Amino acid sequence: MKAGIVVFPGTNRERDMAIALRSVTGVAPRMIWHRETELPDLDLVVLPGGFSYGDYLRCGAMAAHAPIMPAIRRFAQAGGHILGVCNGFQILTEAQLLPGALLRNASLRFLSQDCFLRVERNDTAFTRHWKRHDVFRTPMAHGDGNYIADQETVRMLEGDGRVAFRYVAPDGRLDAADVTLNPNGSMGAIAGVFSENLRICGMMPHPEDLVDPLMGGEDGKPLFTGLVEALVG
Amino acid sequence: MSKAAQKPVDAALAKEFGLTAEEYGNVLSIMGRTPSLTELGIFSVMWSEHCSYKSSRAYLKTLPTKAPWVIHGPGENAGVVDIGQGLAAIFKMESHNHPSFIEPYQGAATGVGGILRDVFTMGARPVANLNALRFGNPDNPQTRRIVDGVVRGVGGYGNCVGVPTVGGEINFHPAYDGNPLVNAMTVGVARQDRIFLSAAAGVGNPVIYVGSKTGRDGIHGATMSSSEFDEDALAKRPTVQVGDPFVEKLLIEACLELMATDAIVAIQDMGAAGLTSSAVEMAGKGGVGIELDLDNVPQRERGMTAYEMMLSESQERMLIVIRPDRTEQARAIFEKWELDFAVIGHLTDTGRIVLRHKGETEADIPLAPLADQAPVYHRPTAPALPPVPLEAISDPVGIEQALLRLIRCPDLASREWVWNQYDSTVGGQTVRRPGAADAAIIQVEDTKIGLAMTTDCTPRYCRANAKTGGAQAVAEAWRNITATGARPLAVTDNLNFGSPEKPEVMGQFVDAIAGMGDACRALDFPVVSGNVSLYNETRGPDGESVSILPTPAIGGLGVLDDVSKAVGLGMPDGCDLFLIGETRGELGQSLWLREIHGSQDGEPPVVDLQAERRNGDFVRAAILDGTITACHDIADGGLLVTVAEMVMAGEAGCTLLAPQAGMRPEAFWFGEDQSRYVVAVRDGQSFMDRAQQASIPCRRLGQSGGDGLTLPNGSTISKARLVAVNSEFFPRLMDR
Repeated sequence: MKAGIVVFPGTNRERDMAIALRSVTGVAPRMIWHRETELPDLDLVVLPGGFSYGDYLRCGAMAAHAPIMPAIRRFAQAGGHILGVCNGFQILTEAQLLPGALLRNASLRFLSQDCFLRVERNDTAFTRHWKRHDVFRTPMAHGDGNYIADQETVRMLEGDGRVAFRYVAPDGRLDAADVTLNPNGSMGAIAGVFSENLRICGMMPHPEDLVDPLMGGEDGKPLFTGLVEALVG
Repeated sequence: MSKAAQKPVDAALAKEFGLTAEEYGNVLSIMGRTPSLTELGIFSVMWSEHCSYKSSRAYLKTLPTKAPWVIHGPGENAGVVDIGQGLAAIFKMESHNHPSFIEPYQGAATGVGGILRDVFTMGARPVANLNALRFGNPDNPQTRRIVDGVVRGVGGYGNCVGVPTVGGEINFHPAYDGNPLVNAMTVGVARQDRIFLSAAAGVGNPVIYVGSKTGRDGIHGATMSSSEFDEDALAKRPTVQVGDPFVEKLLIEACLELMATDAIVAIQDMGAAGLTSSAVEMAGKGGVGIELDLDNVPQRERGMTAYEMMLSESQERMLIVIRPDRTEQARAIFEKWELDFAVIGHLTDTGRIVLRHKGETEADIPLAPLADQAPVYHRPTAPALPPVPLEAISDPVGIEQALLRLIRCPDLASREWVWNQYDSTVGGQTVRRPGAADAAIIQVEDTKIGLAMTTDCTPRYCRANAKTGGAQAVAEAWRNITATGARPLAVTDNLNFGSPEKPEVMGQFVDAIAGMGDACRALDFPVVSGNVSLYNETRGPDGESVSILPTPAIGGLGVLDDVSKAVGLGMPDGCDLFLIGETRGELGQSLWLREIHGSQDGEPPVVDLQAERRNGDFVRAAILDGTITACHDIADGGLLVTVAEMVMAGEAGCTLLAPQAGMRPEAFWFGEDQSRYVVAVRDGQSFMDRAQQASIPCRRLGQSGGDGLTLPNGSTISKARLVAVNSEFFPRLMDR
């Protein structure tokens, strides 16, 4: 799988993502500088976590207008696969490649803790290595992960099966009103969403930080294993 | 133009700048004339307590600083130790106490930023942050504001730069009401053949300025940190710097990119006293002169004077001496990262610092006497009052109630509320997150090497007996590293004390250093970097000046050749539990005494450094060969609190046996005797034999299993109850 990781000024989880991708592909992904205007030949583009442009103005708002973004838009239009994690998810919503927006966490505090995600469908390149409604543990670390969209958009997301992951209890129980289960207060406990063609996925938590038993587990690894299976064939 | 600029330079102005009459006399004799305002400013910051260590230097020299694995000890921006495979760990701890009272968020944030720069300026990629925090009485209305701001500031900066915050410690005590302590530690990793030092060399070499622009913020911050607070402290807000972690992140990447080339001759960050200290120290260490043209300094504001530029403590700036043929290569790197880059001067052979601005010579000072004739004080000391002897005491509440009260108290309550605001996993190398082991553990990327890191100090011990307290702080750091299986290598120290002009405070300082030195020598655990913060005092409205508790915070670093062998403190299922180390039942200065009796009497526990080493070496070997599967050192709160913490962090509960015969139960369970560990092993009998053969005190404590903590009387406290009680404090204080 030929993967490329886009690096903006202030991106800080590109190394984590590179380690996770390398652990399943065996090759180091390409790093793509934000000032590039063309993408190399890639199967997967990743927008990693961090504080692009310091998160000034709004998280992801400035990165959404970076020189590389038109090339990413073309890649998306051509049916390419894009994964946006944390700040990458925020950038994808700001670039309107994914619907909705991410507000300050309901607690108004940065949250760095483990959370549990339920896989809402498993017929996508991102989720095929799980079963539907599997629950997996993953670290989260963000100040602005409170997913929101207008009612019509939420109805569309739910109706079209475009919710990728939800925050749940370890046993899969869903209660969006319970802050211990849905820590940032996201609407419908939504932790990740898909584009209409299911080839763009944005999510707040960090599966790339849980791919090694030494670091506490491999719970995040199926995402990357599944991508390799899907995109290399 | 600042108010000071309109005044004539004389003894009165020098006094306002914090120089004594004698110090100003020395300035006059060095200069042979009345200094300019800029020159006076330079002398005053370079000779401030903060920059010159004038009250502490004579004593710091007594600390051991060498070991075969020490590559650079004190004197550089940070300490450097060999961690194997041609790699080095570079680390230091530094205080940002005074700014954190005035403006907690920015004070803490820029504290993190400053210590990060001290580490990456030497060529290391920062891989972990820790912090040692001390706050006032939780009931004081100011405390909540300060905790909130400091925690947000530490997180706001560390999270954004993408360096995981993996450990630290927090204490509460009324002595910190008007003067919280924020001690930030950074650990970085570099190749041993790519370490960058600060001594300038090469007459004619260009001096370049990179990073943020210079503004009027933080002017005279170093001088502020060298005097006591009064009731007008909050009016000093303009002396607090404002940090921009985004720029710091760019600066890290740009500097590391430049450091991969051979362009840099010397580099230093602009920390306290900004451009003044970096220029003076770099040229001074290299024995050369330096000439700066201040017109070329990137400026954030119009009309800045030479004085303001030299004294500004604007953040995220570095000074670099570079090979002249590499200037354009360096410029391209900094432009790529959208940072300011300017050639602002060059090295000379005059041994002087010369500053030019708008066609005028604003300063011309000989560097050698500025450094060599910096004041050194042997201030008077007075012995501390010994603590009130411990009277015979009773146990009014019983073991179970005492345990619950202890794990609920501010000094032992779960810190999860705080940790959960710090990104501890960024980088993908965090092997043990905060609370999972006695020291935080990270893997060095692309190797099997693990680094174990901790910060430790027990200020109430230091107040009762500063020498014992100093030794205890070092011993506890060594023990915490040992308890993970790592080999302790070296420490960085952050010595926080009150006013050195008070003989009893100076006495505490001298005693604490003596105790630290003893422990560092006995444990082969040298001091490789550090920082002194004095004048941690608050003058109340009644004119009474209150000192903080003596707080010599120790940041310890250890190494594991194979990080997969590290153990945590969580209770594993199906193990025999043992207590390693001798128990005498020392309750003096214990948390049990404070929480149950409201007493702060007695001598602190004895620190037997020979026993410390023997017990620790035994435990470490048994961890590394896989015998010990979990380990937790015994510290604040004593044995039963230690066991409860293992249950709360682990997968199993445990059942405890009866205490040592002939000892009062509360002394056995809550005494804070040092040099002890609780360990879990699979094969109890052979472990017992092994300890006996090695003459290590080892006592069977019980067995792990089940879900709760079962006391010898058969009563079980469920894990859920322990966790609930332990988790009450922070949310109740902060989220109300």
